[in-house]
Amino acid sequence: MSEHVHRDDFGARLGMWLFLVTEIVLFGGLFIGYSYMRYKYPAEFHHGGAELNATLGVINTLVLLTSSLTVVLAIVAIQRAEKKRAMAFLGTTLALGLTFLVIKSFEWAAKFHHGLYPNAPHLGTLPPGEQVFFGLYFTMTGLHGLHVIVGLSLLSVMLWWVATDRIRADRYIHLENSGLYWHLVDVIWIFLLPLFYLAA
Amino acid sequence: MSEHAEHSLEHANHPGYGTFIKVWVALLILTGALVGVSHLGQTYAVWGLLTLTPLKAGLVFYFFMHLKYEGPLLKIVVLVTLGTLLIFFALLFSDVAFH
Repeated sequence: MSEHVHRDDFGARLGMWLFLVTEIVLFGGLFIGYSYMRYKYPAEFHHGGAELNATLGVINTLVLLTSSLTVVLAIVAIQRAEKKRAMAFLGTTLALGLTFLVIKSFEWAAKFHHGLYPNAPHLGTLPPGEQVFFGLYFTMTGLHGLHVIVGLSLLSVMLWWVATDRIRADRYIHLENSGLYWHLVDVIWIFLLPLFYLAA
Repeated sequence: MSEHAEHSLEHANHPGYGTFIKVWVALLILTGALVGVSHLGQTYAVWGLLTLTPLKAGLVFYFFMHLKYEGPLLKIVVLVTLGTLLIFFALLFSDVAFH
């Protein structure tokens, strides 16, 4: 493999960061909307937050924080050409990401069971502020959940590429960029925890 | 000699497992603190939200997302974005204040 191949790892990371800042602005807009609505309906948001299961929210935070750690450790392992270890770290990340989604689905199922889902008849009888709270809750955690699914898909491909030596100690920019995406998903959740689950 | 210098430079650019595990422990402690202050009452909860949450996000950006090891350009890209969001936030609430 001595032929010249054009590579610009910094350019690739810059491109990824430019994409990530559009994601930050996307969620940032929703966060700004949330803060205005919470300012307008403080009591309703307090009451809405009480309906959520804070324990599950905190457990999911620990799950995502740990999955972020294992991604960054997989990069360290690849830099040191420790392929098996890198695969173990990535596998752990995938397992933790799936755990997050399973916990999330139990939580949403419980909400649906209590008549709390977008456009539900019961939700329509609640005060406007609480309808806004649950509207934001489903929009923001739903959009975040979609990002978790995308991140897990990307990281599954990365695991396959590490296994097939397409990602190696001298060439791991794809793993780095997928890791950046996963960390951003983690950062968004860091904000969602106190805004929704600890709001009561 | 130069090979050794190059090697140690390479090593300095790539932090080891320990650094990230320490950051993870700090993130867990901050999460515990955030949950703790949220039980102390509304004022403490809001202050916890406004201080501990950005601190946690900052640790992830700086260490896990490797911004610490990047040049100024990527840092500026992120800061300009966060600054823009802050401006929008300030504009919205300055409008709300005069209604």
